[in-house]
Parts: sequence; structure tokens; C-alpha cells
Amino acid sequence: MNILIELFSYDFFVNAFLASMLAAISCGIVGTYIVSRRIVFISGGITHASFGGIGMGYYMGINPLIGAGIFAILSGMGIQLFSSKGKVREDSSIAIWWSLGMAIGIIFVYLTPGYAPNLMSYLFGSILTVSAGELWLMLALAIIIILFFTFFYRTILYISFDEDFARTSELPVNLFNYLLMILISLTIVLNIRVVGIILILSLLTIPQATANILTREFGRMMVYSVGFAFIAAFIGLLISYFADIPSGATIIFTQVIIFGLVKLIKY
Amino acid sequence: MKKLIEIRNLSAGYEDNVVLENVNLDVFSGDFIGVIGPNGGGKTTLIKTILGLIKPICGELILHISKTNIGYLPQVNQIDKRFPISVFDVVRSGKSDSALFSSFHRNTAEKEKAESLLEEMGIISIRNKAIGELSGGQMQRVFLCRALMNNPELLVLDEPSTYVDNNFEGELYMKLKELNEQMAILLISHDVGTISFFVKTIACVNRNLHYHPSNIITEEQLTSYNCPLQIITHGNIPHTVLKLHDEHERHEHTH
Repeated sequence: MNILIELFSYDFFVNAFLASMLAAISCGIVGTYIVSRRIVFISGGITHASFGGIGMGYYMGINPLIGAGIFAILSGMGIQLFSSKGKVREDSSIAIWWSLGMAIGIIFVYLTPGYAPNLMSYLFGSILTVSAGELWLMLALAIIIILFFTFFYRTILYISFDEDFARTSELPVNLFNYLLMILISLTIVLNIRVVGIILILSLLTIPQATANILTREFGRMMVYSVGFAFIAAFIGLLISYFADIPSGATIIFTQVIIFGLVKLIKY
Repeated sequence: MKKLIEIRNLSAGYEDNVVLENVNLDVFSGDFIGVIGPNGGGKTTLIKTILGLIKPICGELILHISKTNIGYLPQVNQIDKRFPISVFDVVRSGKSDSALFSSFHRNTAEKEKAESLLEEMGIISIRNKAIGELSGGQMQRVFLCRALMNNPELLVLDEPSTYVDNNFEGELYMKLKELNEQMAILLISHDVGTISFFVKTIACVNRNLHYHPSNIITEEQLTSYNCPLQIITHGNIPHTVLKLHDEHERHEHTH
């Protein structure tokens, strides 16, 4: 217990703790939407496409996360546009954006003179180095997501469950699809620092899969997902600190263990 | 009789593929139209166009009622059965014109309406179950409740008898006959034999639409535009004549 109190006296650890809490909120809620609507692969495409923005950010000397945000939103829109208007099959469209983003990122990181600092932290996450500024952004996002999903809960639920039927009820389906796509993009980008591009899909799917074992109700699944995501992030954070192993990977490992335990108990 | 829908010289389809060509149809209040035709003939395209889910390529679609006044029961296989949603929420989604800002309303009337519909269909006991835990018949009842939430003037059903047992199928058609006293019904089915006992008129859709102002169709009418289907007549006892694959064989009578 003493050692926990001691840990919380370090700024970096408090920041990491807050980051895992805020990541759990945004990823838990948005991930439930992603999993329920079966758009995990689209989310993967957006995640990897955002690497292009990180590369350009390095090259142009701006914060890589800003570049990542722009790339994430553009690819999210691009995937929808390609498959709805461009007559490209959706999974192919995702793969095109996925690899295009990675390619742009690699080229610009290569072109950036000298060494690209922290590149590994964008790829694999580095929760222990999250800055105060990033925390404020994560807090703002968490608040926006909570408000949006509370206020428009039924609209989001109905559109996700049966889009055609929602259209016949004259709900603004296209508007919500785009708004939710933007929220997915922002969630991915702002949580890149927690677990990294390669691993972020786990925060959007494993806690949700765990929650789905216990409930088949959209609203509850969101709440449980936030809970599981937070528990896993906190335990993973502690283990990674004491064992001195990478935090992102440890958090995901913890998530899978919790998933397995819950599955076993419910079995 | 009030005219609800007018379709004039309408063509519709997907991308470069025209599925319906030059279709004309009027739907009046009190109508009970059975829409029949082969798979891929354009039945679903027709109702999706009526519902505004597909834009017509050319021709006119005039709705004399608001879109929310059309109740819609989609094909079951269009639904994600593993979606985390309860029966009660599915039914409530039928009133989704009030969903936009519903989080801070009490929606008492909406909940009561949903409850009374579930009661009426005899499935109030499963109201908290997830949609994926239901049998085929239960699921169709739930979607029928959802379609009725707005007290529609027109009810559109796309193959409501797939994945259900014979018992429920009969029950469903009796229910539709009852509902027809309050609303017009457009019923898609591949099962011409059964629906012909309940519908008042028949529209045969196979790229074109041929409307029969009665529920009796003759073999000539069917074969004249390639509707390779069962043939229905009404005698004292309802019976169905199944057309055999071999044109020269005798017609077989069944009940």
C-alpha cells in the first residue's frame, strides 16, 4: 500500500493514472459503438492511416498528433466516400487507406533530417510520458463523448442497430455516421500515446468483448467496457512499472487475461 | 377510399443494374396487396423505393402520407442478431422520430404504447431479452410491434414468414387480416399459396409489375410474364394447384 502512495507522489505516475482513466472512458464508449456496429476493420484502417500524419508532422516540425488527427479524419471520410460513391468494395477501400497512410508516414519519417524522437512511443505507446497538454485534450474528448452519447443515446442506438429502418423514420443517419466517424478518429488519435498505433485496436475491442459476455444491452455494455478498460489499464500500468516492461503491451496482455477470466467464470 | 401512394412509370435499381422497369401502382387505404414474384424479380427493390431507401432512376413516386406513417418490417436476414439491444428497445425504436432528443424526456406514452403492443402480440414476457435470444417467430413479432409503433396508415412487410414455424405463420396472417381493418398492407412473399387466402389483390413483380385486382390468378396470367410460381384458385375449400416442372404432366392438387 505504501508503495502505491509513493507512486502517486510522482507526477509522471499521476499523469499515467489519469491517462488510463480518460482512455478507458473514450475507448470504452466509442469502442462499444465500433464493436456493436462491426466496424472494427474500418477503425483499424483509420488508426494506421494516421501514421501518415505523424510522419508529416515530424517532417514539417509540427506536433505529430495534429498531423495524425487530420489524417485520421480524412481517411475515415475517405473510406466512406470510396465505398459509397467510388464503387470500391469497402474492405478494399479500407486496405487502400490503411497502407497509403503507413507508406506516407514511412517516407516522411525517412526524409526528416536527423533522428525522429519518440517515434517508437507513437507506434507502441508510452503512457508514462503523457504530457499535461495531452491530458487536457483527452479530458475534453472524454467530456464530449460522454455528452454526445448521453444526449443522443437512442438515435445512435437505433441507427447502429438498423440503419435502413432509421432512415425510414427520417433520423439524420448520414449526419450521425459522419459525426461518429469523427469521434472515432479523435478517440484513436488522442489514445495513440497510451498504447500506440499498433496496439490501439485492443482498447476499442477487448474490454467490449469482455463486457459483452456479461450484458447484451448497448448502454450497459458501454459502462462495463469503461470499467474493464480502466481496471486493465491500471493493473497493466503497475505491472509494467514494477517489471520494467513496455506499458502498452502489458496493458493489452492484462486485458486479454481479464477477458479470459470473465469468460471462464461465466462458462 | 384515400389514395396513399402513386407510382408512375417508375424504374429503379442499383448502380448500373435496372431491377424495376416502368412500374405503375396505386395503393389505397384498406388495400391488402400481396407482392409476389421470383427471387431477384425486384420485390424488395419496389418497397425500398417506396420507403425512400433507393432513389428511383426515373418515373414518379408520390406519397400522400408522411414517410413516418409507413410501418416497415424488413427481411430478418437484414438484421444483425448479435447486436446488443433488448426487445423493448427494438420496439421503441419504431417511434424513432422522437428519438433525437429523447434522453431527457420521460417518454411515458411511448413506453406504454410499446408495452401494449408487446402485450397484444403475447410477447410481453420477453421484453428484457436480447434480440439474439429469440426464436424466429418471436423475432418477427418484435419487428411487427416496431412497425406498428407509429400507428401507420400503410404497413409494408418483406417476407415476414421466413424462419418461422407453420403455427406462427397462420397466426401472423390472421393478425394481418385484423390489422387490415385499420391500415393498408403491402406484403411481400414468395409463398403465394398461403398469402392468397388473406390478401385482397396481387401484384406480380418480375422486372415489370402486373397488378391483379383480385386474389385469384390464372395460370395464363402467371406464365405470360414468366412468374414461375405456384398457382392459386379459390373453391369452396381453399386449395393450391402446384405447377409441376414438366409442362406435360398433370396438375397436382394439394391443400
